[in-house]
Amino acid sequence: MANAAAATPQDGATQTAADAKAESGLDSVVVRFAGDSGDGMQLTGGQFTLSTALAGNDLATFPDFPAEIRAPQGTLFGVSAFQINFGSRAIHTAGDAPDVLVAMNPAALKTNLAALKPGGLVIADTGAFTKRNLDKAKYDSNPLEDGSLAKFDLLAFDISEKTIEAVKPFGLGNKDALRSKNMWTLGLALWMFDRPREPIHNWLKSKFAKAPDIADANIAALDAGHAYGETAELSGPQGNVFRQLHVDPVESEPGLYRTVTGAEAVSLGLVAGAQLAELPMFFGGYPITPASAILHHLARLKEFGVTTFQAEDEIAAVCAAIGASYAGQLGVTSSSGPGIALKTEAIGLGIMTELPLVIVNSQRGGPSTGLPTKTEQSDLYQAVYGRNGDAPMPVIAARSPSDAFEVAIEACRIAVEYMTPVMLLTDGYIANAAEPWKVPDPADFAPFPAEFLDTPNDGENFLPYKRDQKGARPWVKPGTPGLLHRIGGIEKHETTGNIDYSPDNHQRMTDARKNKVENIAVPDQQVALGEKTGTLAVVGWGSTYGPIHQAVRRSIAKGHSVSHIHVRHIWPLPGNLGELLMGFDHVLVPEMNTGQFKTVLRDQFLVDATPLTKTSGQPFQIAELEAAIAKYFDGIDGNEGGQVKVNEQQLPSTEVDG
Amino acid sequence: MNAPVKIETTLKDWETDQEVRWCPGCGDYAILKAVQRTLPQLGADPAKTVFISGIGCSSRFPYYMESYGFHTIHGRAPAVATGVKLANPELDIWLVTGDGDGLSIGGNHLMHVLRRNVNMQIMLFNNEIYGLTKGQASPTSREGTRSPSSPLGSVDHPAKPAAFALGAGARFVGRGFDVSKHLPDVLKAAHAHQGAAFIEIFQNCIVYNKDVFDDFAAPKGAEDRQLWLEDGKPMLFAGETKGIALDRDALELKVVDVADGDWEAAGVLVHDVTKRQVAHMLVDMPFGPFPMALGVLYDDPRPTFESAVIAEREQASAGKEANLAKLLAKGQTWTVSGTAQDPI
Repeated sequence: MANAAAATPQDGATQTAADAKAESGLDSVVVRFAGDSGDGMQLTGGQFTLSTALAGNDLATFPDFPAEIRAPQGTLFGVSAFQINFGSRAIHTAGDAPDVLVAMNPAALKTNLAALKPGGLVIADTGAFTKRNLDKAKYDSNPLEDGSLAKFDLLAFDISEKTIEAVKPFGLGNKDALRSKNMWTLGLALWMFDRPREPIHNWLKSKFAKAPDIADANIAALDAGHAYGETAELSGPQGNVFRQLHVDPVESEPGLYRTVTGAEAVSLGLVAGAQLAELPMFFGGYPITPASAILHHLARLKEFGVTTFQAEDEIAAVCAAIGASYAGQLGVTSSSGPGIALKTEAIGLGIMTELPLVIVNSQRGGPSTGLPTKTEQSDLYQAVYGRNGDAPMPVIAARSPSDAFEVAIEACRIAVEYMTPVMLLTDGYIANAAEPWKVPDPADFAPFPAEFLDTPNDGENFLPYKRDQKGARPWVKPGTPGLLHRIGGIEKHETTGNIDYSPDNHQRMTDARKNKVENIAVPDQQVALGEKTGTLAVVGWGSTYGPIHQAVRRSIAKGHSVSHIHVRHIWPLPGNLGELLMGFDHVLVPEMNTGQFKTVLRDQFLVDATPLTKTSGQPFQIAELEAAIAKYFDGIDGNEGGQVKVNEQQLPSTEVDG
Repeated sequence: MNAPVKIETTLKDWETDQEVRWCPGCGDYAILKAVQRTLPQLGADPAKTVFISGIGCSSRFPYYMESYGFHTIHGRAPAVATGVKLANPELDIWLVTGDGDGLSIGGNHLMHVLRRNVNMQIMLFNNEIYGLTKGQASPTSREGTRSPSSPLGSVDHPAKPAAFALGAGARFVGRGFDVSKHLPDVLKAAHAHQGAAFIEIFQNCIVYNKDVFDDFAAPKGAEDRQLWLEDGKPMLFAGETKGIALDRDALELKVVDVADGDWEAAGVLVHDVTKRQVAHMLVDMPFGPFPMALGVLYDDPRPTFESAVIAEREQASAGKEANLAKLLAKGQTWTVSGTAQDPI
């Protein structure tokens, strides 16, 4: 994606903002915006991301918002945060500890301070540090004044007041005026990192096209924040004078770029996949966090032959998609773990009737309702094994927001070419996070046009379950004269499709379904980083790509024999994967679950895969993986793998109830 | 949209080579024949006809119809059928369900297919029992029904399928019973209706719930307890000696005697299939004091779901180019020039 030559240990946990200030060109910076859920932090973060992308930095983001829609103001559990890591080198993660924390109220400071690097910079709005807000955040005294922030740099001033002042000419009441506080802060951040304001101006003008007053007020707040940085002599308690920090553009492959979230990329990939299959797309969905965004995106793309159907429940969403596939469209459904559980019986119907179907699972944390807004990779067993009967189904996983585009196309291809449901795994992190994306050219993807049978396939006869060389049965649209037939979930005769319970037929049909999926053509597994043999292979799948990649890169730089292997095709697995793993003395499998892919690898290849697990709803940090890798090279036996502890530096914050 | 071109077929053309596996004497045989007899009369095209079912005895139906067919999963046929219809509105869909499939496990989907008004015929075979699982009480079983799962008699209050359908917003509600010679007429009216047409068909399960409908659906002798409704005709029954009138004080229906054929004098109502409030009273008439209301109880079409979805899609697409390359490059973009080093 970008130049990675400049990766040095300096983006490790020891660098401080003060060190950074001494440098004219920074390698990378991590900024976290935190405030009340009503403060517009996700918006601020999103716009800062856009402006950063336009400045030519590589970046990765981590949005973290409360499960409550409108949590009571000022409370610890109502804090919403957005972290961005950007740099002049390739960025693969949302960053470990932040260099800069913007805290819009006491609760935001309290829940995020533990994450800040020693010597990091706190920017705080003193106007929001009222007695009432301090009480709500369970502070006994004002941390901005009691010296408890001594080990950090602090910029504290009354952002609330300055915002009210800036928007005064627009005649807004105090309450409305304060809603522009986030724009004032964004303006300051844009100054601090030398980002252009123009894209935000344009965005505000188009967002508030119908209320130019509001647009102007927000622009005034943004400009005032920027001007404040430019003119005021900003100094913290340690006497440091803050200057602008410049992060050079990253060296990237030439081309046209945009930012994309995983949910957008999946939606666009599905549209592309349907076009490559030359099929209209039918999307059946039901609202569920964090998968709804895909339904929202596709509902606006009707001109691409997309029909979206918000069904009465998860089951109806998948059933309608199966019905549409039966009628000759590309049926797609999407959900998260609990919704996938509801769809499971119908997915079995899709497997039994051998119809194309794409199921997107944006994984979240925990069983049952679990952690709806947090991320986990714990639906792998559900995807690979979680159905009644022997019900094999291909499973593929996206590793990043931009990767989700290609993976969605791949899911469509397998579904159409092999007449089978396919599950595409993403997760809450991939769905919500944004990263720069080199806009692909649709012409670069090979088409896989769907074929519909319209004449008999066995001399004069038509056999609905006669398979082709790939093991796929023919797709016949109802409405086709001469090919009338019935399908259903009951076991059927291996060629005629008529009900057939006989033992030998069921044996053959079970084998046929299994063989079809196991023989799906899957590209050989490549090594993402490092040698093809060696001491340690770190094997990942899904959204752990970024942290594993960086950790392996650093370990290689330290001289360790370690490679990164990242698996897209979870089922069936790439044919060469077993042999590849045998070329390493050790296999470490970091996962945001209790070791699910590890089980699959052990089962399939009899390889001694060691799990490294993390189930705190937080992604892996680079440093955590680096430490886990180092244990293979420390000369101590038996300390490898295990569980990564809850990390106070990370989002989601650990302190929510005081 | 249903079968615009009339195709000539015979009853035999609609039979498959599959052995019918319902119990000997099951009411389903009569319904199957009624449907196979009706479709040629409609000029239906077997290639464009799709029978979609859930799970249960009734749901075996598609295997016996020489058309397209999809035997889906328990309760979900309305959802599958909705997807089929949205993908290809040209198809003529017949949904086959039962009291357990349609009102118990699939009640939610039945409600939504009706309120959305997806154009299809929905035949609910009501035998007031779970047949395929060997005789447990169903959501339409009368209180006190003794079954393997309710050996002391069921205690839950039964649902009324036609009342459920009307309450869910159905724009066509019809009723018939397995061996009735009028059943094809109800099916034809349902087929002519544009939108979701709900038909409750009382069906005799001779093994687990034998003859529970005999009071009004016995092959012979129950005619006096049948009220066959016809649009524009007075609501008369029992050889036109009795009729249904409105008790204007109580705002409910009542049975009145008709002397010498003078139904007007007796205040007998004239059936108007578009009167929703009357339909509500007809589906709710307690059988016993009242006859069983049969035929077309309600028929008042409104635009179908699929036509609205298509219109919305066309409107939203008008003047827009489906250019994927442009879509991918939408929003704020930036261009990087120069040479990449070590791209990953």
